[in-house]
Parts: sequence; structure tokens; C-alpha cells
Amino acid sequence: MSRAARVVFEHVSKRYPGTAEGSGAVDDLSLEVPAGTTCVLVGPSGCGKTTTLKLVNRLIEPTSGRILVGDRDVAGRDPIVLRREIGYVIQQVGLFPHQTVGQNVETVPRLLGWDSGRRRARTDELLELVGLPAARYRDRYPAALSGGERQRVGVARALAADPPVLLMDEPFGAVDPLVRERLQNELLSIQEGLAKTILFVTHDIDEAIKMGDRVAVLEGGGRLAQFGTPDEILANPASDFVARFVGADRGLKRLALARVGDLQPADVTIAHPGDSAADARARVVADPFPYLLLLYADGQPIGWIGGKDVPGDGELAESMAVSASPLLDRHTTLKDALSMLLASSVQAGIVVDRRGAYQGIVTADMITERMRPAAESRS
Amino acid sequence: MIDWPWMADHLDELAFRLVQHFFLAAIAVGVGFVISLAAATWVARRRRLRGLLVGTSSVLYTIPSLALFAALVPVTGLSVLTAEIPLVLYTLLIFVRNFLAGLDSVAPEVLEAADAMGYSPRGRLVRVELPLALPLIVGGLRLASVSTIGLVTVSGILGDRFGGLGFFIFEGYRRVFATEIWFGGIPAILLAVAVDLVLLRVQRRLTPWAASEAVATGRQAAGAS
Ligand SMILES: Nc1ncnc2c1ncn2[C@@H]1O[C@H](COP(=O)(O)OP(=O)(O)OP(=O)(O)O)[C@@H](O)[C@H]1O
Ligand SMILES: [Mg+2]
Repeated sequence: MSRAARVVFEHVSKRYPGTAEGSGAVDDLSLEVPAGTTCVLVGPSGCGKTTTLKLVNRLIEPTSGRILVGDRDVAGRDPIVLRREIGYVIQQVGLFPHQTVGQNVETVPRLLGWDSGRRRARTDELLELVGLPAARYRDRYPAALSGGERQRVGVARALAADPPVLLMDEPFGAVDPLVRERLQNELLSIQEGLAKTILFVTHDIDEAIKMGDRVAVLEGGGRLAQFGTPDEILANPASDFVARFVGADRGLKRLALARVGDLQPADVTIAHPGDSAADARARVVADPFPYLLLLYADGQPIGWIGGKDVPGDGELAESMAVSASPLLDRHTTLKDALSMLLASSVQAGIVVDRRGAYQGIVTADMITERMRPAAESRS
Repeated sequence: MIDWPWMADHLDELAFRLVQHFFLAAIAVGVGFVISLAAATWVARRRRLRGLLVGTSSVLYTIPSLALFAALVPVTGLSVLTAEIPLVLYTLLIFVRNFLAGLDSVAPEVLEAADAMGYSPRGRLVRVELPLALPLIVGGLRLASVSTIGLVTVSGILGDRFGGLGFFIFEGYRRVFATEIWFGGIPAILLAVAVDLVLLRVQRRLTPWAASEAVATGRQAAGAS
């Protein structure tokens, strides 16, 4: 059961009874979520996100169209069996107040008839996974948890039977930004290990960009406004609605998607303490970038010497360098890199490897240059 | 005023009447409980039937008890049925109201979560809805028990085979003998209080989760003030 399964919507529409023609909750939705990837449904309140999720596990039946989980049409499946194979985190968490945290988490395994030893082991494993030490939390009732802890239990409950597909409806909606950030990161690292097919609902575009391999932007009436990778959506919004929805700062948001490792670092003039100053001066003067980077023998940066400050004779010394500009890791996002550069007096950040050794430099110009081509290809 | 020696002479009979009283009440409460539970769970999500059930049980509740006992005599004679039918009918309104309120008290997101986890409708009822309705279900049980213990005395109108402790009250009234009225009345009150206390403990035992809920809401209330 743990094998991931793709989820496919084919021309799916849902109109609630009693609503006017053309004002559906979901309108002719077609999209495919490949197995093992995360698709985020994002859009303003009331645009049909929750409805779309509930169509997958048949809490709601579509008016027309069909939905495949794996390769099977859900309409032909027993809803109760289907739901036990699909993890669901509901928008309002919905823990069972009369059951302990442990009993809540083991709900689906119990329905599937697992024996109590296996259930217990699984529950403890999951509570640890979502960052709640089992010994402390297993026997508490939901009323004795904070909002963030409840949402974690909700996630653990959805994962309990190791379902191939996970539906998450604003799973981190009710917590403060710091806790949300932590829960997001935890889910990302959990997902790295599990590779579930996840449909994740949010109305927060930043969360969508962060969590999604693909993002589906929905607009009022349940119409799909755009479906693509976060970078595609930020670089080329398909309509004014999408452009407005992703925000005027979409350029900066794209920066958050790319990392220093995606850039080809540039070379600068380097030297080591003890090297001939005259030689170094000759090299730096010849370079359009008028700074000399002084490195230790193992490659770790010491700092910069301005080209004109390099003495005409003698040896280079550690004391000549002014301390190094921001050190960038290949995992640093370009957004963070740019903001570090703006905050320091030098134009360049030094890219270092895991051991801290110099690899090259990245300048603010290189970062903005990198964002340009995709943006131009829009017109 | 009070004839203590008479009381001492009749302790045996008091014990017998007390047991009889208890069983007359317990049968009525038990039967009423089962009927109401079945009816309430059946109509809970059917709006039309639900109105009908609450309406019917309300009307039944308005019939004066004495009249109901008397009216049944020609039909069922001076039998246990004649004593129990009115008692059962009076429990229905209390139970039905409380059971429906209990089922209504389950939060919609909890029901939705239960469906989404793959509970069958029956499984959801047994494992989620009824347990969460327990505080109001047991609340109804307490109310119905106390009220039925009171009403059992009225069945003494059917003669000395019924009425439990009410027998002494009717006898005392007929003989204008105050001691005997107290002799029946006060134990009846004590029985009701005792049963209520026992059920209160049962309620706490059955719903351990309600305690941390009370703490949580108390905390919120304190924080809000
Ligand atoms: N049971 C229902 N009957 C009629 N209309 C409904 C029902 N449920 C939802 N709707 C309507 O369908 C539309 C989509 O609702 P849905 O709950 O899917 O929105 P959503 O995108 O999840 O919103 P939110 O971000 O506020 O959770 C809304 O206009 C809503 O009013
Ligand atoms: Mg919603």
C-alpha cells in the first residue's frame, strides 16, 4: 500500500444543488499529480479547494468528469475502502476529543484490523516523526494540546496506515508563522523520505511555492487559472488574476526558489599570505574586478584587499585584508544571498564548499541576471 | 407526632417496598432508554421524522400521570404493564431530547474526520457519535431516573401490588397517619438522590476526556476575562 499512486482529474466539475448554472464549486478541472509529488491547490477563499480534495476520497461526488487514483476510477470503488487508503488532514483538524492522541493516530490501522502491538509501534513511530515524543503525548486528550500540537497529531493520523495518497487541507492554517515554518520544513523532510502523492491546500501563495512540486492556482468558481511548477507560475503568470494573486514581489519570490548552487560562480584574483605583493598587484590591476581575495593555504577565505591597497613590494600579510564578505553555501537561496549582499559593503559573496574552502564569488548582478531570461520570455 | 415504634415494626415491609420501588423504576428507565436510543439514532439525521418523534413525546409528557394510570386499567388490567407503560412513556421525552442533543453536540469537523478516515456509518455511530454524546446521554439517564423514582409512587393508585414506597403514602393518606406518609416519602427522596449520585460517578468514569476539556475551557474562560 505504501507505493505512491498518481492522482488524475479529468474534466471534473462539481455544482452544489441549488446553485446557479455556471457558478460551480469546481469547474472543468483537469490536472495530473504524478506519483510521489506534491501538488498545491492555492486560491482565494471559496474558490473550491476543499471541494476538490473531497472529490478525491468521495466525501463529495462530482457532477461530471472522473478522478483516477493510481489507475482506477474512484467512482467504481467502495468509498470506505478508498478512504482508508487515502490520508486526510481536514481543515479544522477534527481530532476525536474522546480519544487520546495515541488512539486518534491509530484510527485507520484499527479500522484495517492491525493487531494492537503493531498499532502501538506505528503510533509511537509517527508521533516521533511529527516531533511529539510518544511517551509524553500518547495518553493525552486533544483538549490538552496546543493548536500546533493538534495539527501535528492530525498529520500523524493521516499518515498512520502509510497511505500512498495524502490530502491535506490547510494543515498548518491555525498556527503562528514560526511554528508554521517549522511544520512546513518537517513535512518537507518527511516527504523526502516517504515520497507520497500529496494534494496540499492553502490560500497562502508563499506556502504554495515552498511546498509544491507543482502549483494549481484556482480562481473563483473553481476554475483552474494556471498549473505549473512554482518557478513557471512566478516567471510567467498566465493571467492578470494569477499575476495579482502571486503578488507584485513575484520576482523576489522566484529568488527564493533558486539556490546559489544553481549559479556558475565567477573567479576573482586570489592570493595567499606570503605571496609576492608586486605579482598580486599586477594581476589584480589587470582584472576588471578590482579586489584581491586573500585565502589561507586550505582555501578558507581571510578577506579582501582593495586593488589599490596592494603594496608595490614585499609579501602579502593576513593583516592587510579586511574581513570577508558574506559566505554563501550552495544551498543558500538567492533571496537570502541577495539580502546578505545588500546588507554588507562588498558587491560579492564568497561561495564556499562544505569544508569552508573558496569556490568562487557571486555578485548581485549575477543574481539579477539569472532572473532575467525567463521574465523576458513572457512577452 | 411521629410514631417511632410503628416504624420499627415495619422495617421488613420498608425493605420490600424499597426493592419493589427500585425495580419498577429501573425497568421503566431501562426500557425507555433502549427505545429512545434506537429511535433517536434512527431519526437523528432525518429532519422530518425527528420533528415527529420530539412532537409525539412532548404530547405524551403532558398527559397527567394519574389519568394515564387510570385510563390503562380497562386495557391492561391491574398488571405490571399498567404500571410500567406510563412510566416508560414519561421517560421518552427526557431521553429523546437528551440523546438528540448529545448527537447534535458532536462537532461537524469530527464527523467529517470520521468519514474521511473510513468509518462505516455504523462504526461512526458506535465509536464516535455515541461516545461523544455520552455526557448528555448519562445526563438524560440521571434526569429520567430521578423523575421516574418520583412517579413510581403514583402507581400506588393501582393497589397494594404496586407503588413501591408510594404504597405507604397512599396508606398513610387513607388512614390519616402522618408517620406512614413520611415512612414512604423520605426513603423515596433518598433513593432518588442516591441513584443520581451513583450515575454522576458513572458519568465521570465513562468520560475521562471531559475532564481535560473542562480544564481547557476553564483556561480559555480565565484567559478571556
Ligand atoms: N455543502 C455545500 N452546499 C452548497 N455550497 C457549498 C457547499 N460546500 C461548499 N459550497 C460552496 O462551494 C464553494 C467552494 O467551497 P470550498 O469549501 O471548496 O472552498 P475553499 O476554496 O476550500 O475555501 P476556504 O479557503 O475558505 O476553505 C464556496 O462558494 C462554498 O460556499
Ligand atoms: Mg477550504
